[in-house]
This record gives sequence, C-alpha cells and structure tokens, in this order.
Amino acid sequence: MFGLDKKDTSKLIIVACLALLAPFILNPFPTDSALAQFNAGYPDLMQRFVIFGIFAIGFNILFGLTGYLSFGHAAFLGVGSYSAVWMFKLIGMNVIPAIVLSVIVAGLFALLIGFVSLRRSGIYFSILTLAFAQMSFNLAYSVLTPITNGETGLQLTLEDPRILGVSATTDGSIPVTNLFGLEMRSTFEMAVGPWAFQFNAGYYLCALIMLAAFYLSIRIFRSPFGMMLRAVKSNQQRMNYTGLNTRPYTLAAFVISGMYAGLAGGLMASMDPLAGAERMQWTASGEVVLMTILGGAGTLIGPVLGAGFIKYFENIFSKINDNVLHTWFSFLPDGMEDAVVFIIHPFIGKGWHLTLGILFMLVVIFLPGGLVEGGQRIKGWLSRRKAKGSNTSGETNPAE
Amino acid sequence: MSNFNASRRRVLKTGAIAGAGVALPTIFTASSAAAFTNEPTGGTVTLGFNVPQTGPYADEGADELRAYELAVEHLNGGGDGGMMNTFSSKALQGNGILGKKVEYVTGDTQTKSDAARASAKSMIEKDGAVMITGGSSSGVAIAVQGLCQEAGVIFMAGLTHSNDTTGKDKKANGFRHFFNGYMSGAALAPVLKNLYGTDRVAYHLTADYTWGWTQEESIAAATEALGWQTVNKVRTPLAATDFSSYIAPVLNSGADVLVLNHYGGNMVNSLTNAVQFGLREKVVNGKNFEIVVPLYSRLMAKGAGENVKGIHGSTNWHWTLQDEGSMAFVKSFGTKYGFPPSQAAHTCYVQTLLYADAVERAGSFNPCAVAESLEGFEFDGMGNGPTLYRAEDHQCFKDVLVVRGKENPTSEFDLLEVVEVTPRAQVEYAPDHPMFAGGNLGACNPGA
Repeated sequence: MFGLDKKDTSKLIIVACLALLAPFILNPFPTDSALAQFNAGYPDLMQRFVIFGIFAIGFNILFGLTGYLSFGHAAFLGVGSYSAVWMFKLIGMNVIPAIVLSVIVAGLFALLIGFVSLRRSGIYFSILTLAFAQMSFNLAYSVLTPITNGETGLQLTLEDPRILGVSATTDGSIPVTNLFGLEMRSTFEMAVGPWAFQFNAGYYLCALIMLAAFYLSIRIFRSPFGMMLRAVKSNQQRMNYTGLNTRPYTLAAFVISGMYAGLAGGLMASMDPLAGAERMQWTASGEVVLMTILGGAGTLIGPVLGAGFIKYFENIFSKINDNVLHTWFSFLPDGMEDAVVFIIHPFIGKGWHLTLGILFMLVVIFLPGGLVEGGQRIKGWLSRRKAKGSNTSGETNPAE
Repeated sequence: MSNFNASRRRVLKTGAIAGAGVALPTIFTASSAAAFTNEPTGGTVTLGFNVPQTGPYADEGADELRAYELAVEHLNGGGDGGMMNTFSSKALQGNGILGKKVEYVTGDTQTKSDAARASAKSMIEKDGAVMITGGSSSGVAIAVQGLCQEAGVIFMAGLTHSNDTTGKDKKANGFRHFFNGYMSGAALAPVLKNLYGTDRVAYHLTADYTWGWTQEESIAAATEALGWQTVNKVRTPLAATDFSSYIAPVLNSGADVLVLNHYGGNMVNSLTNAVQFGLREKVVNGKNFEIVVPLYSRLMAKGAGENVKGIHGSTNWHWTLQDEGSMAFVKSFGTKYGFPPSQAAHTCYVQTLLYADAVERAGSFNPCAVAESLEGFEFDGMGNGPTLYRAEDHQCFKDVLVVRGKENPTSEFDLLEVVEVTPRAQVEYAPDHPMFAGGNLGACNPGA
C-alpha cells in the first residue's frame, strides 16, 4: 500500500491504529479508581506524545541514517513555535498558515546552521550545533525580547491585529486556534461505564500529521536517498574517495530533520498558542537525543516509542505526591506505610528525573538497541519457545 | 520513491480515505452538557496547586504547597480553622466548599512557562480541577492565567509581583491577592528618602523577565521622583547563579545605591556576591554604599544569612504581625509544620480561602459567578487589614510592609523586622495608570 512493502505497511498500520485509538489505549483504568493516576489519555499529553513523536522521527532521519548527532535540534522547534505564534498574532487563528510558516522558517534556519555545521563531522559537528542552539536560546531569551518576549514567553493578546481574523471575539476574549472553524481545543467526552474517554480535535490533527510524517520517513528510509545517507554513516571517507560529494546529502537530511522539528514546534503552538525560550534550551535538545536512543536509533518506530516514554514520565510521575502515596499504601501498618513512602519519595514528584535516569541507564546497558530491541527480544523469545514446543511434540529427526 | 504508480482509481481511493480522516475529528466537536468547565458533580471538588518544586523559586514553592495543604485541611473542617475564624466573611462552614469535600492535585511548574502550562492543562483536562492556583514567578503566573482564561477556570495567582499580572496581561478569570512592583515603589520611596536622603545614584540589577522589568520601572520611577539618579539598569538571566560579573561593574559606576530586582535564589546569590565584593563597606560620593531589595521574603533572608542585616525592602506580609488573622494563621501553620509561614505561604493560603468563600457566597462553582462575587469584595481579618479586591483589574489593595534585615535575630525565623506599615491609601493607583495600561480584562469565560 502507498508504495510500501508488506512489512512497512504493517508498521504504518500499527502506528495508525495506536495513534487513532490512543484515547482508549492510554486510559485503561476507570476514572475513579486509584490507578487512574496512571491514565495518560487526556488531550494535552496525547498531543505531546505525537508532537514529540514527530520531533523524534525527524531527528532520527538525521541521527539514525547519517549518524550525525545534532545537539541543537530544539532550536528548530523553538523557531517553529515562534513563527506559528506570530502567525496567530498577525494573520489569524487558522493553524494551516502557522504550521506552513513554521516548517518553512525552520527549514531556512536549518539550511543556515547546517551549511556551517556540516563542514565538520563527529563531535565537532555536535558541538557546533549545540553552540548554535545555545546562541538562539540566548537571543530569544534576552536580545530578541521584542520578538520573543524573553523569559515570559510570546503570548496572544486582545490587541493583536489578526488581519484575516478578529482581534477579539464578540464576548471579549482571545479567539482560539482552529482549522477552518474546527476548534483545536474542542473535546468530545465519551463515558463508557466507569471510563471516560476524551476525543480532542487538536489531537487528531496532530495524529494525522504524525502519520504523514511517519509515512514520509519510511519512504525516505527506503529510498535511494536514504541508502546514500546510510552509506555516509558507515564510511564517509570511502564515499569521498570514490569522488562522491556527500555534503548535499547530509545537508538535505539536516534540513529535512530541521523541518520536522519546525513542524513539531508549529503544532505545539497550534495546540497551545504560547512560545517560550526554554523550548530552545540545550536540555530540550538533549531530550530528543534521549528519546531517539531510548526508543532505538535508526529504527522507524523507536523514536515515537521513546518520545512517548519520556513524556509519560515527565507528566505522570511528576504528579505523584506523598499524599497520593499515602493513599496507595494506607493498607500497611502506620510505621511501615511511612517507611515505604519515605523510600519511594525521592523517585516521584520532582524526583521523576531520577527514575527516568535509572531507566535510561538500564535500557542503554541491557538493550543497546533501545525499546525496539526489547520488543524484538521478547518476540524472538516467544517464537523460540513456540518452535521448541512444536519440536518436542513433533517427531524428532535424527541428525544425518 | 521507487514504486509509486498512481492510477486514477487509486488516487480516488486514497483521497477518499484522507478525506474521511480529515472529517473524522469534526464528529467530535459536540461539547458536553456541563454548564462550565469541570463542573463538580460528585461529593468532592478538585483544586489544582501548581507550584515550582524545582528551579530558583523551589523554596517558595515548597512553602506554598504547605499553605495549600493547610487551607484544604481547614476548609474540610480539620485543624483549628486558622484564618477562617478571623475572616470577616462567615460564609465558610468547615464542611468543604458548598458541602463538597475539597481534594487537590499538585504539579511542578519548574519555573518555566511551558512546563507550568502543561502541568495546569493536565490538572484541568485529566484531574478535573475547577480552580488553578500557585506560581512563584510572574512569567509563569501570566502564562497560566492566560491558559485558565482560555480553558474557563478560575486562576487565583500565588506569589506574583509583576505589574503586568493585573496590568497589561490581566484576565477576567485571574485574581491576585499579592501586591505588586508599583506598590513596592510607593511604599519604599518615603522610607528610602528618610534613610538615605534625596541625592543618591542608583544602579539596578534586574531579573530579566516581566517581574524584573516592571519592578525596575516602578522603583526607578519612585526613587527618581525623590530626586535620585539612575545610572544603569542591567538585566540578568533568571537562571543565573553567579552574579560576580554583574557586581564588579557596579564598583566603578559611581553609584552609591544598588537595587537588586531579584527574588528567591537569584537574590540570595546576588546579595551574597555583592557583600563579598565589599560593597557595603564602600563609601561613594561621600556616602555609605547601600543595597536595597525591593521585594523581600523571610525565606530569602534565611538563604542569604548574615548578609541581609540592615537591608531594606518591602513585603506583602510577615509572620510577626500582631493582628488576629496573622496570629491565627501563624499558630496553625506552626502547629502543623513547626516553623512560621512565609509571605508566599500566606498569600496562597488566603487566596484559597478567598476562592472558597466566593464560591459559597455565589452558591456556584461557575467561574463567572465566582468572579462576580470576588469583584469589589471588601474583607478583613486576613492579616493585611481591610482589603479590597478591585473589580477593574482584579488586584487586591491593602497595606504594604517595609521591612529591614534584623541586626540581632533572636531565632532562625526572626530575620526581618517591620519598619513601617504603609497604609493602603498611599499605594493605590488608578486602573489606567501608565504602568498598568494596555491590558484588557476581557469577558469571564466559563468554558464548555
């Protein structure tokens, strides 16, 4: 289907199913149960899952294929966000122009940074991109305050011109982002017994764009262009000696991946019209590297998994507080309850970084291929067990 | 793109699927039947406490959270009732809010607008919070206030001192009990005049975001009206931890007063750096060099230790106040946690009670009804004397304290002494004052 072979088609279908059924999959626990704390099926987090999925897919086109480790990808995300918010301020609240502009601006920005940074490879390339990203962050944070509103973050106001829309709605509030009238924040709630599932328009827009981005990334992986990028990763020197100039290929990959990041930034601003400078900070750049490695660099589906994993921890674990712990362990005797809460305390709430760090270490040490490798191992183990089972039941063949 | 053979049939088929995909979300636009966002239907009501647990304002955030927990306890009828007994409005019964038990969720703003909004959104979308409160940074407070306006819930601002929160970024769903930069300037100026005279040269170091900008503007305007000069205004990043490179130029600037528009961890570090550079022993222009910290808190004084002695600033509230409300609050906070509350804790506690009281008086959790009952509300017994929630900009007007770092503290909490209680009339301003102009409350948004 769509010019993909059978295996890739099934991957695309799996991702599509996961994305479209996410409101069900992520809300496995009834709303009133104690485990509802672990539900992730609310619009904001689902949007983050797919948006950071797009970001990581794009990053993987560069890092997974060419092996160039960019440490400054958050800059493109931030630039995309700022352009989108400016579109909302100047043009109108439709998300299409905002998303288009954010992709274009991020692409141009990536072209500029890539042109300079790609003169070097390896660690020097990483450092150059990191330097550029920190420069952009500092510019956004202080020097370019009239454009970015500095630390406070760029926000919509009632006084924005919005030439194709209205500055303020008739009841005197700021209009909301929409797609030809379909409001991004509109949510349909479906109550099934004790469960409540939320279907959010903005989420589905993001999910569809993510599927398109995922499809495009499969096509790039399977194309001759993708092959060339892999060749760069395995031995760039040899390619240079055969008289092939690899720069246009790596630059193209860099720009494409920058545009993905810009798309993610534009979508973020479309879901929540605010752009803050911290989106461009080096920690944000590091986060996408973690997502890709955690999920499995160079695999198609890995980055999406990694993005989901990290965002889940950031949003769910950080919200567990001692109070919640006490209700969980209230069945224990008093002294024991306090002891258990005391032990778990550093790993939850503001300590979610610690939990994530430990898991990241475990994954890198035991599953160097990321979560995707974990999945493959489980699959292999299952099929081996199955094969073993069929062997014992069937007749034994004597060795020749 | 090796094998893309587009036949007519296939293009049509793909187009139809894509069209169906685009149309799919439109099925889900029907809004639910509730009259407003997160209308509490069961026997409980959920409030969202969104405070910094990491970052430069983490100490304030931790204290705010303690205050919120105390407020919830009192609202549900636990503890000794604290300020509920001294509050001039007697609508609260100690049986929750409108008979519903108060529950709460917490989140970490990380002192970043983005993270704060994500956390607030999850409280609204996932946990069904009907009111969001908190914030120890004006940037964050403004971002979250905007979000609450869009989502249709009430935002009761915590510690936010920027003029913009109830100035150019004011929102119909947002309310602030804390004072602001203008009020600090108006309260401090007469005291500074008496202490340091009218012929001074000031140098500003300012945290580079909305709060710093507006406080710098307010203090500069107030001191320049006394006849002071402002020689330089330097912006420092909020995330900075070492200020020595900003302090060194002060020595050669000819300034004889350093104004630190810093708060929390920033102020602790910059003041410590300034003292280490020996600024306080300097004599410039024939006068002793002085340092002023316009927004002061006990937690900061504790962090900066010895260095705060004799340094003046303003504060919203201090635990040594001897009125009924303050004493009741300090007593119940001290009983529960073993130490007195900070001004951040006070404002957050008061905001929670004010919200609960407004709901009781309105008889509904509907944000528009709550806003209406808060607007123009006059109350007393909350530690700041008679206070007015002004309808025009949702700002509270009350007395402002000028404080000084104590020379001989008697305990580790007794770090500040109140120099003067500036009466409310002296810090009032018109809603369209130039420092607050440009904003628009808009209409209240009940969401849904």
